[in-house]
Amino acid sequence: MTEMQITAAPGVPQVLTSRTFDAPRELVYRAFTEPDLIVQWLGPRRYTMTIDRFDLRDGGTWRYVHADDAGNEFGFHGVFHGEASLDGIVQTFEFEGAPGHVSMDTVTFEQADGTTTVRTNSVFQSVEARDAMVDAGMASGMNEGYERLEDLLTKLVANA
Amino acid sequence: MAVAANQLDAVFGALSDPTRRAILARLRRGEATVAELAAPFRVSQPAISRHLKVLEHAGLISRTRRATARLSHLRAEPLREATVWLAGYRAFWEESFERLDELLVSLQEQGEEQDEERGRTHPRGRRRPKGRRAP
Repeated sequence: MTEMQITAAPGVPQVLTSRTFDAPRELVYRAFTEPDLIVQWLGPRRYTMTIDRFDLRDGGTWRYVHADDAGNEFGFHGVFHGEASLDGIVQTFEFEGAPGHVSMDTVTFEQADGTTTVRTNSVFQSVEARDAMVDAGMASGMNEGYERLEDLLTKLVANA
Repeated sequence: MAVAANQLDAVFGALSDPTRRAILARLRRGEATVAELAAPFRVSQPAISRHLKVLEHAGLISRTRRATARLSHLRAEPLREATVWLAGYRAFWEESFERLDELLVSLQEQGEEQDEERGRTHPRGRRRPKGRRAP
């Protein structure tokens, strides 16, 4: 299993990730496209995920909410573009806490030797919008982020 | 987030170079002159000075003079901001993908008999008869 790679290059309004899973791509694709499976993995464990809409066809809309024990809710919605297939899924993505900041996300699934590499490509309206989205849209990951800050700092700085 | 987007760009640009990361690592132990910073590397002092300019521009170090020597100091705050900025995003997806790993394992156990070949052991795994899973 490879570690997840994230690329957020300076000056480019884009975030790229890649991650390899030890499963055939048909199965990985199901985990990305079947609501009863999506709610079992997308987002931190301490959030309960509810999918309001998931209309996986050209022009179909989706919406989901992450809720924590304290009653905080983080809503996200968007539209699917083109026919989703094993080759990829294209959709817009908007965090309801930052309305108007819309990204276009492409997910692809590459199979090799029984493993599947999932690549995501998120394109934002501007570098500023990308940075705001990463801040605000991923707020639910921030606590874990702080907990791991010291590790990351150590890695970044001492890894020389 | 307090840090401006263009400063984040400068911070990530500055961190993209291994020599500059090594300089930051050295400065964690305290201030240093250009000569002291250059000592562990096979590069010239002017090359180190150029790296220090990049780090200074990103706000990662500050520089002061003592007699004829210029001393560099680590400034941790921009690094902290930059790291937190990506750490939240990374943490969100890493935890999600770890959950997805577990889900994919259990889906494969439910579906096919390939798990034994892979040598996976899952005490709660339920094996179904051959054939396709009901939709």
